[in-house]
Amino acid sequence: MKPMVAVGLAGGIIAAAAVVIVLMTQGDPDTAGAVKTGNSEVVATPVSNEPASLFQPPSEQDLPDDEFGRIVKLGRDIFEQTQRYAGPYVGKTNLRCASCHLDAGRLAHSSPLWAAYVSYPAYRSKNKHVNTFPERLQGCFEYSMNGKAPPLGDPVLVALESYSYWLASGAPVNSNMPGRGYPAVPKPPLPRDFERGQRVYEQHCALCHGTDGAGQQDANGQPAFPALWGEKSFNWGAGMGNIKNAAGFIKANMPLGLGGSLSDQQAWDVATFMNSHERPQDPRFKGSIAATRAQYHDSSDVMYGQTVNGQLLGQGTP
Amino acid sequence: MITITTQDGTQISNKDSFNGEMTATRPGPVFVASLSLALAAMTSLALADGAAISLNGNTRGALACTTCHGAQGEGIPASGFPRLAGLDAGYLRTQLDDFALGRRANAIMTPIASALNDDEREAVARYYAGLRGSASMATPVPERHSPGARLANRGRWPQGLPACIQCHGAMGAGVGASFPALAGQSAIYLENQLHAWQQGMRAPGPLGLMKRVADKLSAADIKAVATYFSALPPSHPTPRSKP
Repeated sequence: MKPMVAVGLAGGIIAAAAVVIVLMTQGDPDTAGAVKTGNSEVVATPVSNEPASLFQPPSEQDLPDDEFGRIVKLGRDIFEQTQRYAGPYVGKTNLRCASCHLDAGRLAHSSPLWAAYVSYPAYRSKNKHVNTFPERLQGCFEYSMNGKAPPLGDPVLVALESYSYWLASGAPVNSNMPGRGYPAVPKPPLPRDFERGQRVYEQHCALCHGTDGAGQQDANGQPAFPALWGEKSFNWGAGMGNIKNAAGFIKANMPLGLGGSLSDQQAWDVATFMNSHERPQDPRFKGSIAATRAQYHDSSDVMYGQTVNGQLLGQGTP
Repeated sequence: MITITTQDGTQISNKDSFNGEMTATRPGPVFVASLSLALAAMTSLALADGAAISLNGNTRGALACTTCHGAQGEGIPASGFPRLAGLDAGYLRTQLDDFALGRRANAIMTPIASALNDDEREAVARYYAGLRGSASMATPVPERHSPGARLANRGRWPQGLPACIQCHGAMGAGVGASFPALAGQSAIYLENQLHAWQQGMRAPGPLGLMKRVADKLSAADIKAVATYFSALPPSHPTPRSKP
């Protein structure tokens, strides 16, 4: 019953103190950047948990009943059932867009689409040029969905861009909106630790994602809970492979419905545990793990090319 | 007294088993039932016969499951007796254990579950997991923007309330042993469970998730979402999904 007490306490403290979490919006917070981007001025944005202070995207019931509305709906469907509606661009993964962007891309602190949409075009050092929003979407397919980028102008990208644009109705362009990306979790008191992370995982995560991290499917064989590592997960090039990003997502949103219940220490530890497992190879692989790490993953927040429990990570999955 | 017709056409009543007359020394259909139970025990790794228990109960006071859960595990939706057919075996087993250990309070199920031993609980759970059940009554599926549909499929995230389908699977098909199927379940049963969590009559479940969820629902929410899932077609059972 210990974990329950901890959860209750954490919830109580948050509710009682109405804690104002100071979030540091990072250079590339829309989950992508295993590598930092150019527009990386760190902006401290005070954000309260009051929904009123955060941008409210329009309600789906207000969608126009016309051609544009039809494409927006298609974008939402792709977002929620990515395999079904964008199958050719999705790899072996059981993830969908909404796995990491909760509430169909509407939820603050879960990389909401309305905040991402108004943040592009932007320079990204991930590919060293100014990226348009559709190009940013291509990255999601290539890395997070471990698939292949739809060509610019493809109906899949048009629908996703339309959905994002509509969600951002009334949002100020280029304004670093509160709730963008995932929150920056303060560095924990203790150095992050694989074994403590494993215990957090077993107590709080394995119920849904499985002890082997492979996720679960529903009784009809449809993907339910996403794989966190292994062949069905995102690949080494995805932003979620960065421990700092993963800790932010986990702290704000996990377990589902119990967001904020893990301590900062637990979030960092369990993110370290998750990202210390093998996953599909980075599609930008340079011929050796060392060269790929040097080029794309030269950060203490990335385990690619590091050795954990005697295993060199970055070999990819079969 | 409820009379049940067995597969070979003979009729037995659940009252017989209550009277403790269901022994191998007594000739007739009950003897046949006991014999088949014994045979099943020899052929299936000494596991009790779930089908026989569902029809006859046992000699220690467990009522026949079919009395309330229907001949094919379809339940009696209008009375709030839940559908069991096609639910995950591990989930059903846990519920029987919870009834017996007092983690789920229910005046009918507590004595029945307590009268089943480990083997019998496992056997009856597996039996119902393998049933398809009869098709539910043709109720029109509520439209996508009904309040129940929105809660089921989208939740109410500004309040931190996940969508039901995020854990219970698309269309409420059920996920593994911890997230039971909701599709085609009795609306009254679903309502009763959500109220039971609110009132602390049912253990809060893994990670305390269901208590937290239920506490964010109004009585109108509960009715809407229960009605929505009850109208969905039940999923077809498949072998246990791997974690």
